[in-house]
Amino acid sequence: MLNRSLGELSRGLRNGDFSSVELTRFFLDRIENRGAELNAFISVTAERALDDAHAADRKLRDGGAHPLTGIPYAHKDLFCTEGVATTCGSAMLADFVSPYDAAVSERLNAAGMVMLGKTNMDEFAMGSSNENSFYGAVRNPWDAARVPGGSSGGSAAAVAARLAPCATGTDTGGSIRQPASLCGVTGVKPTYGRVSRYGMVAFASSLDQAGVLAAGAGDCALVLQAIAGFDPRDSTSMDEPVPDYTPPADANIRGLRVGLPREYFGADLDPAIGAVIEQAVAALRQLGCETVEVSLPAMSLSAPAYYILAPAECSSNLARYDGVRYGHRCDAPADCDDLYTRTRAEGFGAEVKRRVLVGTYVLSSGYYDAYYLKAQKARRRIRDDFARAFERADVLVGPASPTTAFRLGEKAGDPVTMYLSDVYTIAVNLAGLPAITLPAGVAGGLPVGMQMIAPHFREQDLFRAGHCYQRETDWHRRMPEGFE
Amino acid sequence: MTERWQPVIGLELHMRLKTASKMFSGAASAYGGAPNTRACAVDIALPGVLPVLNGGVLKMAVAFGIVINARIAERSVFARKNYFYPDLPKGYQISQYESPIVEDGQLEIALDDGGVKSVGIERAHLEEDAGKSVHGAADGMTGVDLNRAGTPLMEIVSRPQLASAGEAVAYMKKIHSIGCFLGICDGNMQEGSLRCDVNVSLKPAGAKRLGVRAEIKNLNSFRFVERAIRHEIKRQAALLESGGEVAQETRLYDPDLDATRPMRGKEEAEDYRYFPDPDLLPVAIPPSLVDEVRAALPELQEQMRERFVRDYGLSQADAVQLTASPEMAAWFEDCAGACGGGPQLAANWMTGALSAALNHAGIGIADCPLDARRLAGLLDRIADGTLTGNTARKVFDEMWRTGAGADEVIAGKGLAQISDTGELAAVIAEVLANSEKQVAQYRSGKEKVFGYFVGQVMKATQGRANPAEVNRLLKESLEKAD
Repeated sequence: MLNRSLGELSRGLRNGDFSSVELTRFFLDRIENRGAELNAFISVTAERALDDAHAADRKLRDGGAHPLTGIPYAHKDLFCTEGVATTCGSAMLADFVSPYDAAVSERLNAAGMVMLGKTNMDEFAMGSSNENSFYGAVRNPWDAARVPGGSSGGSAAAVAARLAPCATGTDTGGSIRQPASLCGVTGVKPTYGRVSRYGMVAFASSLDQAGVLAAGAGDCALVLQAIAGFDPRDSTSMDEPVPDYTPPADANIRGLRVGLPREYFGADLDPAIGAVIEQAVAALRQLGCETVEVSLPAMSLSAPAYYILAPAECSSNLARYDGVRYGHRCDAPADCDDLYTRTRAEGFGAEVKRRVLVGTYVLSSGYYDAYYLKAQKARRRIRDDFARAFERADVLVGPASPTTAFRLGEKAGDPVTMYLSDVYTIAVNLAGLPAITLPAGVAGGLPVGMQMIAPHFREQDLFRAGHCYQRETDWHRRMPEGFE
Repeated sequence: MTERWQPVIGLELHMRLKTASKMFSGAASAYGGAPNTRACAVDIALPGVLPVLNGGVLKMAVAFGIVINARIAERSVFARKNYFYPDLPKGYQISQYESPIVEDGQLEIALDDGGVKSVGIERAHLEEDAGKSVHGAADGMTGVDLNRAGTPLMEIVSRPQLASAGEAVAYMKKIHSIGCFLGICDGNMQEGSLRCDVNVSLKPAGAKRLGVRAEIKNLNSFRFVERAIRHEIKRQAALLESGGEVAQETRLYDPDLDATRPMRGKEEAEDYRYFPDPDLLPVAIPPSLVDEVRAALPELQEQMRERFVRDYGLSQADAVQLTASPEMAAWFEDCAGACGGGPQLAANWMTGALSAALNHAGIGIADCPLDARRLAGLLDRIADGTLTGNTARKVFDEMWRTGAGADEVIAGKGLAQISDTGELAAVIAEVLANSEKQVAQYRSGKEKVFGYFVGQVMKATQGRANPAEVNRLLKESLEKAD
């Protein structure tokens, strides 16, 4: 059960080898037995899951089932779910129960998937270690003293420990790809505009994008297939056809031009990680890919630009948490200013406050041109760099994270070092591109992920290449010790 | 006001756009309603909700831009204006900052001396309204009503080119008329459909440099705009005359005291931290859309007034009155079109009896209990001689009261005019038989007495006798017996 792909689970359900209720119970039991030590879930919705599993079994029996009907999943606690708490990892929303479903929640429900619970995350998706959660840090199943990465750390840990066969995530600057790398799972961040943001609690609207974490690329393809597509409720959603993401079993990548951005293999790269990526690139060559060196000269601007734009947007997006209509509200406010000040001082954690302050500062009159506008210009240059690179390459390959999973608390006191955890992932968000992280080896006993980036709306190329790579390797099938 | 000082006035008008749904959500945009019954998830800014632009408001702004001969941006950007206030659910208002949809327009206003003045309009942009804070809603607490949150507004910013309260009001009335005739604004001032912020400064007559200005916020009637400006000019002139300085500040007009006073609280320079709203893509307004809107532009007030004079042969005064609002004009055209008695008859009745009845009832033409075609039916009965002017008025009153048709009232009350020769001859014979003295006077050459006979006939027939016929038959009878 633990190492079956979603396709295999789907076939098992259809063939009656097991029921959705059995499958759901299996994962609920794992969560019950092993969940607490990882702290991967903020809430477990066992009762609802079993109800949904029963409904899925009826559908599987009576017809009208979707390929994903009856398959359990873990849902990042940033997607609104009607009737279930949506905390976003924050004290501010600890008691918030959404009266509506996010577009992603709707689509997964419509496919008949079974939600096991809501996964832990950095507060409002701000963080790269999952230490910024009001609900406590998540532990990396490969080493409980280490972080799973973030912000979708709960989802990555849950999938790595096989507490769920797949999970949703969101990625603003690497929040799917970096934890996937640190936890040894596959994670895909689609093109900006591919998946509706409706009902996703906003962090940085121009960068946020929903995606999927699972063991393999084929699993991610199946779930992305279900959630991708135009949504008129999201003005940045793109009305582009959704191709068939599942690669044929005999797919090949002969002749695929793999670009290796010079800036991803610089002196800063940990040699052990560099060696893993080079080995993975060699495997791609073996599969018939051509490799070509490319350059993204503005790459060094990506972290500075990101840490202006994302806080700017977040400072505005989080203004709604004012204690007036829902969410945390301070006791007995003396007046309006007191209500705002104490509500927000009590409701937000340190990292959220830091970003709100930075964002407020960079948007202030007199600073706007020097920061926000300049960062937008850098963003355009980064986008242009990618466009040029894609003239010579079909996909780009590099590491997903500069380090393997680091120790809890190791970087917590140093925000800038923490921010650089996303140095390989941020540029992709700034350019709005799709990218995937594929488990590609280990360094010091910890997983290392290879990141593959494609042009806008070419997710299918990522899945095809990922599928071919994973057909020849078994990194994505390896499980952390003690969780097999 | 002293002639030493020259007022410089600019207006920022907020026009509420007449849409069925709000600017960025599907909730009803209608005025009023029980608190918070017209606010959906988007309006109350739940986590995760997103704005979707109501395409109708774009076309409304484009139409306005065309009318004022402005530049219409091919690419317009929505921006967030960030500030905290309990009735601002998102903590920001979606507005426009750097790329407004309409820029650099002109509007001609008529001056009291008969001249015409062109007033520059710097920009017109789209933005959403905030909700309302209801102070003292309960237990000294402030309540928040979000029904208005997200309703569409167009902010219209004039250049500081108005020189008096009168000009400012003429300008505002012109904008009001354009909004109403374009059908983009319901024009209801009581409900805040056109709100005004005024900037006033004084400079020494002939000087180039502008003085320090004060802003008077939130005026919602023409009268208050006029009075607030007059007062503010006086206040500033007195201040400057006595060697004082005008403070750059925001003031409020108190209609009870007919005075302006500084807004409470310390004036803080607000920093709204504008930036492009990342939830909304820049809006493209292709020339084809502008052409489409231009082709569908309705007739505006002046054009309609001229046409009424030209095509219906109405006087300027009647035309002005009948084009006071698009509803009034449409009512007239409906009535005149259906009326056999011609447009002048329709105009007379609308500016006369109908206007009086509407005023008396304190309602507008939109709420008129009488249908335009019904009034036309009444006028037909005047035109074909069934009714005299007198009885027509009685029929009108009955129709107004009951909503019934003219023929129904005439039949029910027996009010039809008597033109039957035999019937009239009998009445006349009786009148003459009872008026020997007057008959003798008439025959002795005192022809003025003729009016007396007419009056008697009318009295006997309760005013229903056909006057022309009465004249003819009376003359005949008096001469016959001669």
